[in-house]
Amino acid sequence: MPRKTINFPDKIEYISILDENGRLDKSLEPDLPQDVLLRLYRYMVLGRRFDQRLLNLQRQGRIGTFPPISGQEAAHLGAVAPLTTDDWMVPAFRETAAELYRGRSLESVILGNAGFSEGSSIPEDQNMFPMSVPIATQLPHAVGLGWAIKYDKKDNIVMVFFGDGATSEGDFHEALNFAGVYQVPVVFVCQNNQWAISIPRSKQTRSQTLAQKALAYGITGVQVDGNDILAVYTAAKEAADHGRAGKGATLIECVTYRLMMHTTADDPKRYRKDEEVEQWKARDPIIRFGKYLKYKGFLDDGKMKSIETEVDREIQDAVDRAEAEMKKLTDPLHMFEHIYAELPPHIQIQRSEMARELTELQKEADHG
Amino acid sequence: MAKMTMVQALNLAFKQTMAKDPRVIVMGEDVGLDGGVFRVTDGLIQEFGEDRVLDTPLAEAGIVGMAVGMAAYGLRPVCEMQFSGFSYQAFHQVENHAARLRLRSQGRFHVPMVLRAPYGGGVRALEHHSESREVFWAHIPGLKMVIPSGPRVARALLVSAIQDPDPVIFYEPKALYRAFREDVPDEEEVFPIGKSQIVREGTDLTMISYGAMMRPTLEAAEALKEKKGVQAEVIDLLTLSPLDDALFTASVKKTGRAMVVHEAPMSYGPGAEIISRLVEKSFYYLEAPIERVTGADITIPLFSRESSYLPNAARIIRKAEKLLSAP
Repeated sequence: MPRKTINFPDKIEYISILDENGRLDKSLEPDLPQDVLLRLYRYMVLGRRFDQRLLNLQRQGRIGTFPPISGQEAAHLGAVAPLTTDDWMVPAFRETAAELYRGRSLESVILGNAGFSEGSSIPEDQNMFPMSVPIATQLPHAVGLGWAIKYDKKDNIVMVFFGDGATSEGDFHEALNFAGVYQVPVVFVCQNNQWAISIPRSKQTRSQTLAQKALAYGITGVQVDGNDILAVYTAAKEAADHGRAGKGATLIECVTYRLMMHTTADDPKRYRKDEEVEQWKARDPIIRFGKYLKYKGFLDDGKMKSIETEVDREIQDAVDRAEAEMKKLTDPLHMFEHIYAELPPHIQIQRSEMARELTELQKEADHG
Repeated sequence: MAKMTMVQALNLAFKQTMAKDPRVIVMGEDVGLDGGVFRVTDGLIQEFGEDRVLDTPLAEAGIVGMAVGMAAYGLRPVCEMQFSGFSYQAFHQVENHAARLRLRSQGRFHVPMVLRAPYGGGVRALEHHSESREVFWAHIPGLKMVIPSGPRVARALLVSAIQDPDPVIFYEPKALYRAFREDVPDEEEVFPIGKSQIVREGTDLTMISYGAMMRPTLEAAEALKEKKGVQAEVIDLLTLSPLDDALFTASVKKTGRAMVVHEAPMSYGPGAEIISRLVEKSFYYLEAPIERVTGADITIPLFSRESSYLPNAARIIRKAEKLLSAP
């Protein structure tokens, strides 16, 4: 019997609409209203400048370590742009600008980074999960949310974020497989920023693309220029529509770059060359989008400057409010909140013993 | 009221809970048409359909991770781990998320899910099918850990676990699935999580156990009465976390002598915590060092040697006699 070829959909599309030189493919240009475009630009600038401010606060010891997002603004803002308020976002930890775009406050980010659990509080009107640190573990949650939405007969979708490193984790594969089996309305957005701390994308997998991993699970895969917000938006809109129409999940690989360190505890000079970073700076998503908005007549240098000034003021106000708030969050016993619906008796005892000890120690310190 | 095995009683809990509450979803490997490898979910897919009973792909982290998302949305998923020995592939989902999503979202989400798993030895099973690793879960803040010991209480505890607003690990002693029958009332019955019960009253010593070890413990208590006229008080913990220390502490204050029986390895086992609580709360009432009858600190042997490993009535009686002979 001769060997045969098994045919299956083995094509992965690559989408680029606005290239690094600012050249636009008009045939692919999404029809986005001016206010949405300007709002996206504003949040890109906010995300970038917030990183710088957080870095300063961290270096001054006013907050702890945090994961900067610089370079990846288009890859996550473009992705959440097509979501409705009722859609769900399940972040990893490097999508701060998208969380802000969907309503998270700057103060909550600062509080979280300053070591206050209150920072991860999620208002009832935001369908968003808290940031998730253990790599890829949030992907199955998105599948569960997607399944529940279907069971609930709603037409919302779930968008879940993760990096290139996450595609090596078992939870990534289990989640994509479950998503295929249950045809859930989930958009998996991979922020392929080329580095999982010190491990380059080439050492993470032998696959030519990360998007092609979708094919093994019978879901759609697409690769986009992650520094082109128009391309990211287009892919995300199609994937969201696809999910809403009951056609199942999509994996979007956003090819982007982490311009700063993994977290502020990391020194990228140990594992990557400055030339590489410089090459990617030339593909900066904000500069590129700014050129586009100028070309459209929606922005000029003066407006750009005033957006930066406004954003800086917004950040400063948030820092002031967060630091004032921190001064009020002095009760150490808050650590016992939100462990159980109702604290079991033995933990109530531990709580009151800690309260008593802390009071007594304070008294001793005051009189010592 | 009908005489039921534990498998039938658990099945009844599902049927009644699922009929009442459309948020309850059963999921796991082979839980649908096969009815679960122990048949606990038998007939559920026929009665409630594929939307309520999910035959999942074979991936424990996927099952539990998916359940976390479903529970956060507002459903009440009940996951079956085919054997507790396979649940470790979902350990990170329980530790990192199920147990702390309430905290991680500052109360916005909670995870009312149940993770069921058959545990323990005694059924001549394959490797990785017989461990008793309840302390893995009992150690995690944010979880509750329940182990029933008979059909009636298993049914009542499963209903409570499904209704609980926090994630519950529900270990089922597989040696007891069909070991005996009990009267189980037709009308729905619950048993509070976090409460233990005295199953045999006595004055001479307190025997503390749970799950499959309740049978040899009770057998030993009866034998001690017949042979020596000893009145042992026997406590069935039922919930390992949070531990109902008030009940066993009060008992030991009365008897002055205590022993703990479990099939899990001795070191850092449930006995270690129970004895710590006894020392903290009833030290001055103790008349003898507290004894433990447990598995050795080794991997449970394959089944040809399993009966030598597992605590039995004879071993429990010997330790009880030592405890009683202490001055």
